[in-house]
Amino acid sequence: MAYSDKLLDHYENPRNVGSFGKEDDDVGTGMVGAPACGDVMKLQIKVGADGIIEDAKFKTYGCGSAIASSSLVTEWVKGKTLDQALEIKNTAIAEELALPPVKIHCSILAEDAIKAAVEDYRKKHGTTSSADAA
Amino acid sequence: MLKFPIYLDYSATTPVDPRVAAKMIPWLTEHFGNPASRSHAYGWDAEAAVEEAREQVAKLVNADPKEIVWTSGATESNNLAIKGAAHFYSGKGKHIITLRTEHKAVLDTFRELEREGFEATYLDPKEDGLIDLDAFRAALRPDTVLVSIMFVNNEIGVIQPIAEIGEICREKGIIFHVDAAQATGKVVIDLDKLKVDLMSFSAHKTYGPKGIGALYVRRKPRIRLEAQMHGGGHERGLRSGTLATHQIVGMGEAFRIAREEMGAENERIRMLRDRLLKGLQDIEATYVNGDLEARVPHNLNISFAYVEGESLIMAIKEVAVSSGSACTSASLEPSYVLRALGREDELAHSSIRFSIGRFTTEEEIDFTIDLLHRKIGKLRELSPLWEMVKEGIDLNTVQWAHH
Amino acid sequence: MFAPVYLDHNASAPLLDAVREAMLPWLGARFGNASSRHEYGRAARRAIDDARARVAAAVGAHPTEVVFTSGGSEANNLFIKGAAARMKPGLVQVSAIEHPCVREPARQLVRAGWTLAEMPADADGRVELDALDVRAQLVSVMAANNETGVLQDISAFATAAKRQGAWLHTDAVQALGKIPVDFRALGVAAMTLSAHKIGGPQGAGALVLDKRVDLEPLIAGGGHERGLRSGTENIAAIVGFGVACEEAVAALGARREAMQAQRALIERCVAEQGGSVFGAGAERLPNTCYFALPGIDGETLVGKLDRAGFAVASGAACSSASPEPSRTLTAMGVAADLARGAVRVSVGASTTMQDVNDFCGALARVADELRGLRAMAAA
Repeated sequence: MAYSDKLLDHYENPRNVGSFGKEDDDVGTGMVGAPACGDVMKLQIKVGADGIIEDAKFKTYGCGSAIASSSLVTEWVKGKTLDQALEIKNTAIAEELALPPVKIHCSILAEDAIKAAVEDYRKKHGTTSSADAA
Repeated sequence: MLKFPIYLDYSATTPVDPRVAAKMIPWLTEHFGNPASRSHAYGWDAEAAVEEAREQVAKLVNADPKEIVWTSGATESNNLAIKGAAHFYSGKGKHIITLRTEHKAVLDTFRELEREGFEATYLDPKEDGLIDLDAFRAALRPDTVLVSIMFVNNEIGVIQPIAEIGEICREKGIIFHVDAAQATGKVVIDLDKLKVDLMSFSAHKTYGPKGIGALYVRRKPRIRLEAQMHGGGHERGLRSGTLATHQIVGMGEAFRIAREEMGAENERIRMLRDRLLKGLQDIEATYVNGDLEARVPHNLNISFAYVEGESLIMAIKEVAVSSGSACTSASLEPSYVLRALGREDELAHSSIRFSIGRFTTEEEIDFTIDLLHRKIGKLRELSPLWEMVKEGIDLNTVQWAHH
Repeated sequence: MFAPVYLDHNASAPLLDAVREAMLPWLGARFGNASSRHEYGRAARRAIDDARARVAAAVGAHPTEVVFTSGGSEANNLFIKGAAARMKPGLVQVSAIEHPCVREPARQLVRAGWTLAEMPADADGRVELDALDVRAQLVSVMAANNETGVLQDISAFATAAKRQGAWLHTDAVQALGKIPVDFRALGVAAMTLSAHKIGGPQGAGALVLDKRVDLEPLIAGGGHERGLRSGTENIAAIVGFGVACEEAVAALGARREAMQAQRALIERCVAEQGGSVFGAGAERLPNTCYFALPGIDGETLVGKLDRAGFAVASGAACSSASPEPSRTLTAMGVAADLARGAVRVSVGASTTMQDVNDFCGALARVADELRGLRAMAAA
């Protein structure tokens, strides 16, 4: 299978690998996938008082495309509001990394991870939309 | 000097031994006759070469050359043996038995027979990959007509107790087929002693060319088959079609070399395999799949827990290995063989098959060990599962968001 | 080995140099299994894809319509048995002059409830279109006969078959490389090709298949070739097949004329010996001359020619062990006595005008000798 240079770069030099404290107030954690399916993605966002995502970290158990997809979204979410982060679509991830058709599910998982992380953050803060957070 | 990628996938296919290639090449140049041509020297020469090769193949497995039928490979041999015998003897019964860990060439053929009205039993192997002989005996029925068990498993390298199974089958008058594609040159095969009726061989797993294989068809007691390919009546009517002389010559030479050198070669390979095993075992949370004793020395199948297999293969691109069998590796499914051993999915996902062969060196093994240490470390750094395990979380208690 | 002049190209053609060069790396450093995902495997997969494109281009098909097999016999078996297995048993028709690897699988279908009817050939070896039964569902007519070289009007059969909703298959093993072969233009549902008849290696062939045909595989397990033909691909042979197809088609124009000139010379010589050429009234392959000299036994003539240094055939290679007269000639209504005299000379890419001149000289000498023996015996 031929992978794009961008994908290989993210796989070989993944950005923002690591973890934040799960219980920290300013952290939202999204864990999606299952070992049985061959992919588990953990995406964490650190959100500033202004509602902007200041930092993001990930850990992924999965194929090269899954690792690259999650690495890419940690870069993309930084500097975005929660709502803006939710606008990141899997198609954009797939396009950026030129994912082969059999790997599209990796981009879907990455999109789900963003949603889960945002949801976790909002749950902690008892809010459902950015309007409430502001 | 190391040459990359280091080839540790000898169970998928082997290079053609240079001695084999040298023997084949004249048959690609001045000798080009059709061995079925009876009217000129080109044909006679080809025929003589084909018969010499048949003797070499027979000799490796202590059979009579007349018991060897050429085919295009082990897949065709398996199809011919299983369908051919099941059809021919279907009057005696329509129950057939195999193992869940067989090669697809056997499993898919069984499925085809099921669609035709045969009833198949797929036995679960024990956790070590070996057949459970008690379960096997219990599965036998008065209408069982054929049993097919592979000699050496292609993924985990375990050696099935063919002699014992053969005794049981013979006693009950059941046809016994053995897929020996992964066994030739690795284990001693004596068809004079083994009570095997049909045995499939492949050349390209034993340093011969692709596109050629053979089926052993016992003469005493005589086993009969329904042919799959009809035509000019080649191979005593069992397999019609022009034979590729250069490939047959190559298989003969490959099997001759295997017979003469397997003793010493297997010892050298065992040493390399043990070195690899020792080198990898000190990585935390690694598990060898399949029994280590009843196993060919060429194979090491290891699960590296909490690391996904495909990403591992990408990470170790300096070595050419396989996760799961070559035939199925286009799919994202975890290996069905490891699943049949009862391995948990996350372990099955992260298994690597290292298969060592004639041209593997100690230097290559040492490089591989070092590479695996580095890359497993890196991928576990990346793995949320590893992080959770280190935190003392039992992964089985986690509610995963399946999607 | 003592190297006789090879005039038996319809049995097997010598490997072309370019084919051998293309194959050798695949018997050496490039040995991967095309199903493996590492570089060894990927290189093998690319080589197979490339060969598939070459084979397809040579016969005007799409690469995805090419199913590689171990040879022509397998491809014929695959189509006839595979298509029949997915149909309700009905009427299968094959011509009376088919190669055994078409005739025999068709006969096997009878056990599954099919009715088999042969389509006769006329005195020149042309299969009679009128004999096509409107009820036939599965039909096979070879594009060119291996013994006589007589060409069949495959397009006409295809049109008729289409009209009645039947699948027409053609065994084009002998036609490829000797006349233009265009899968689309012929309009057949399936077509068989073989590498070793065109200067490719033994051990590779293909079934070119219209995807509308539902086919059950002959060999299951692993799902290679879109599930139609499992088993590790014979990469060296497939690569050789691809190059051979390309070479055969590229050289066809020039080679055709050369072959025709060579054959004309042979046939003049046969006429001088009072011989008759089978199928002479029909359109034939440019390379094939199938003849008999009156009163001279074919086997004997072939044996004498072999000792004189010329490799020719007394019939189709596969059946040449059997003493019965050729089925093709019998189907053409040739008397058994004459048929027993049949000798096939088939020229090819490596044949020179000198070879043919030498052959004519040898034929005259050997025939004289045999006639002399006969005269002595009679005296």
